[in-house]
Amino acid sequence: MRKQESLTDKIDWLTVILYAILAIFGWFIIYSASSGGTEKSIFDSSIPSGKQFQWMIACVVVAFIILLLDSRLYVTLSYPILVAVLLLVISVMFIGVSIHNQKNWIRIGSFTMQPSEFAKFGVSLALAKFMSGLSVDIRKWKDKWKAALFIVVPMGIVLIQGDAGSAIVFLALSLVLFREGLESYFLIIGASVVVLGIFALIISKYILVGVLLSIALIVIYFSRRNKKMIWYLLGIWLLASGYIFSVDYAFNKMKPHQQDRINVLLGRQVQEGKDWNIKQSIIAIGSGGIIGKGYLQGTQTKLKFVPEQSTDFIFSSLGEEFGFLGSAFIILLFVGLFFRLLFLAERQRSKFSRVYGYCVACILFFHFLINVGMVIGVAPVIGIPLPFISYGGSALLSFTVLLFIFIRLDTQRFDMMR
Amino acid sequence: MTKDLFKNRYQVIRIIIVSFALIFILRLFYLQVLSTKYVTLANNNAIKELDVYPTRGMIYDRNGELIVFNEAIYDLMVTPYETKKAKGFDTLKMCELLSITKEEVLDRFEKMKKQKGYVRIPNVFAKQLSLKDYSRLQEYMYLFPGFYGQVRTIRKYPHRVAATILGDIGEVDDKQIEKSNGYYKPGDYVGKSGVEKVYEKELGGKRGKKLSFFDVNGRDVGSFGGGEFDTLAISGDNVVATLNIKLQEYAEKLMQNKKGSIVAIEPSTGEILALVSSPGYDPNLLCGAVRGKNFNALLTDSLLPLYSRPTLATYPPGSSFKPIVALIALQEGVQGVDYGYPCNQAYNASGVIVHCSHPHPSPTNLQYALAQSCNPYFCQTFRNSLEKNAGMSTAQAYDKWVKICNSFGLGMKTGIDLPSEVRGNIPTVNYFNKIYGEDRWKFATIISLGIGQGEVLTTPLQMANIFACISNLGYWITPHIVKRITDPVTNKDVTHQYEKHIALIDKEHFVPVIEGLFQVVEMGTAKSARVEGITMCGKTGTAQNPHGDNHSMFAGFAPKDAPKIAIAVVVENGGYGSTYAAPIASLLVEKYLNDTISAKRIDMEKRMIEANLLSKYGVKTNKSAGMAVGGEE
Repeated sequence: MRKQESLTDKIDWLTVILYAILAIFGWFIIYSASSGGTEKSIFDSSIPSGKQFQWMIACVVVAFIILLLDSRLYVTLSYPILVAVLLLVISVMFIGVSIHNQKNWIRIGSFTMQPSEFAKFGVSLALAKFMSGLSVDIRKWKDKWKAALFIVVPMGIVLIQGDAGSAIVFLALSLVLFREGLESYFLIIGASVVVLGIFALIISKYILVGVLLSIALIVIYFSRRNKKMIWYLLGIWLLASGYIFSVDYAFNKMKPHQQDRINVLLGRQVQEGKDWNIKQSIIAIGSGGIIGKGYLQGTQTKLKFVPEQSTDFIFSSLGEEFGFLGSAFIILLFVGLFFRLLFLAERQRSKFSRVYGYCVACILFFHFLINVGMVIGVAPVIGIPLPFISYGGSALLSFTVLLFIFIRLDTQRFDMMR
Repeated sequence: MTKDLFKNRYQVIRIIIVSFALIFILRLFYLQVLSTKYVTLANNNAIKELDVYPTRGMIYDRNGELIVFNEAIYDLMVTPYETKKAKGFDTLKMCELLSITKEEVLDRFEKMKKQKGYVRIPNVFAKQLSLKDYSRLQEYMYLFPGFYGQVRTIRKYPHRVAATILGDIGEVDDKQIEKSNGYYKPGDYVGKSGVEKVYEKELGGKRGKKLSFFDVNGRDVGSFGGGEFDTLAISGDNVVATLNIKLQEYAEKLMQNKKGSIVAIEPSTGEILALVSSPGYDPNLLCGAVRGKNFNALLTDSLLPLYSRPTLATYPPGSSFKPIVALIALQEGVQGVDYGYPCNQAYNASGVIVHCSHPHPSPTNLQYALAQSCNPYFCQTFRNSLEKNAGMSTAQAYDKWVKICNSFGLGMKTGIDLPSEVRGNIPTVNYFNKIYGEDRWKFATIISLGIGQGEVLTTPLQMANIFACISNLGYWITPHIVKRITDPVTNKDVTHQYEKHIALIDKEHFVPVIEGLFQVVEMGTAKSARVEGITMCGKTGTAQNPHGDNHSMFAGFAPKDAPKIAIAVVVENGGYGSTYAAPIASLLVEKYLNDTISAKRIDMEKRMIEANLLSKYGVKTNKSAGMAVGGEE
């Protein structure tokens, strides 16, 4: 009976609408952030909002094409697509052009694009393809290693190519593996590494080691009958201590600007001007108040106090002009989108579609997490775009491709058995 | 399979998403709702308070001719913090545009460090750029974050005269800043001398404030709150001077290449018509960027062009003082108008011999004695005043004599509205008592006072003033430069009431003395200055000068019955009063009353203008010729 349903009936319109709201809202903020107050129209192609508009039209076309193609095509082509995208990323190292001292771009005609943005969807397809293999079980070490390779190798290539921000996003895929059955302790270890790492940088290493020892001893006291547990805990404590001391070593090995970014985040004194971006961003957001200064009225935005205003720091313009209500609304829109994507992923019958859906949700979530966290000063400065909202054609197009392939997979969820 | 802490992975991931979203929303709530400081920080970022400098009042002469106005110039300001924040500026382009070296740029930043907190306040980087230079700079302003231009004005003097009277403006000094209770800031301009200084409060106006948005590169991009919080600058009042600028120009022309002074007063009002300090200088020399250099040159000039001679230089008045001596004698009743005294070419006062300057018949009355400026006659007159004053000792009589002199404004400040003035000197009884001991001095000791020599000293202003007083038959109004002050917006005038001083001489005694002064010009020592059709009264003077040739002096007024101008002329080292001072005074009077010089006197005019006494001052060429005026094309 479902066979009579047309494609438009099968499309998950809620996702499409959330996507459209975010993109159109972003487009308006790009106009304010890059040319607010000028006489130029929002469509003027000499300013970012005009260019973004052209990209938005391109995205509509691309989305349309994706929806028309049979989704089995993506399943079949997932490995070749990954190889092609990775080759493109590698080619950047040789034929790329620099924008803001980052050689992440390839020029095609008058447009430039950033292949590393597209690596995410290539990896997602390939990971989904691998995970949907009949005998693949992530609880088996052999498959863990294979899955890890799908994530680490592209991540390494992107990192070598020089886009550290995009590389970090690949870590989002570990959440996908978690969903597919990866043991919880990986998640716990991962979280502990992050938390301990931050503590190691903030408070004295010796106190931290001492506190951990006390906790371990207390737990040992209550479970003193279990001799095995004592050795486990002591072993964990030793590993943790070793890690704590190595964080400091690793920190000192980082590049100065990366150290600064972490110092800024931790509220440490840095050389004047190094914390400029984040300070200005917080001032802009903070000055927005509850309802904001109004569209095109943001002084910090208009007067260009926040750098990268229309790209990585666009959320600060939003916060300044639309206030707490506006920025909280956008956060809720994102959460709504993520929830919807997770819901759609869960209802897939094929493992491929589910894994891919989780990849899409987790990648978008990580972008959101790192970008908004950076702009409001709770995450280090890592230059990655806010999905659908930041100015940038490659980002918008790659997110669109990423999302619409999943929407297309969802429309065919009854056709695909695996 | 080991037991799993998280059975429902779907839920776990949803919880992770919600937790982070919650953290973000709480953080935003803290930043945007709870903290209020960010609004202030944002405003500090973007909004700056700028001073709006008022237009300085203009100065007009008595006939409404504009004599001082303003020309726009620009100061290039820099806030070092903003420049640093934007990672510096294009030093090379700046050097090219301002034609300075890189070292100078660094040096200028170094100099700013003297002021506390210089990093975050606007400092002057380049002063007084012309409109042309500034507009060229403005095109490239985007290369210079933290820099902006501030418009100011400099003074312009279209007539290039009256420098010492009008005065100049310059940067406010530390003392004034301290006294102003924070009104003045370093780099502000205030009147430094002359009318500019005395009427600073009126001319200066009141500074305004403007709140403006500045973008991250320090460019002013528009006013804040639609100007709601701005205060307007209140323009300075316009000043109408008492000067007749044409007369002033003519007087300065007559005095060229001579050292000395001219003071012309309207007797009925005390208004200064012309006030010349020679050598003068073009007041435009002390305006704008060239000021510093020129000021030093003028300061070190041996002829002291910055010295305001009419109010600061004192001379023994010589024979010009004789009318006062005569008036006191008449007032005290020690001799009549018809009193005669044999000249004999010399006066012997107990061994002190005073000679007469030239041979003439013995005077039979006061008028003739004045006309011939007979020294023995006035020695005797002075003696009569001291010794024949009924019931008074010499000291008592002299004390009275001094008081009457003081009532003419001698030995005291006239109160003119210029920043500096000296008293001159009329020695007192105490002074002589101190030198000679009480009752140990008599007429013969101080005889030279009777002919305006010795300790008596007057400024050219005082000389003109006593002749104004004589012409008024016994009163004078405090001489002044400013006629009225006009608010440029409301057009309301403020006129100051100047004090009327009464000389301690009865009116009737002036008549014979004026007659004598008339004869001085008609047929006496100043007949060289006689002008057909003008009844001029006056008195020549030749002040003895121990350092060189005598000073040539003349003081007088005209017309005799309805005086319109009282004048004093001093030409240093000019010799006899009749040589330079009297002709120059007569030319000015003729010009003022008739507006033209009669054909007969053109030769004399030419002679006076061309007379060059610079060699007498040890100068070969006119020094000020080498100085450049700022802003001239």
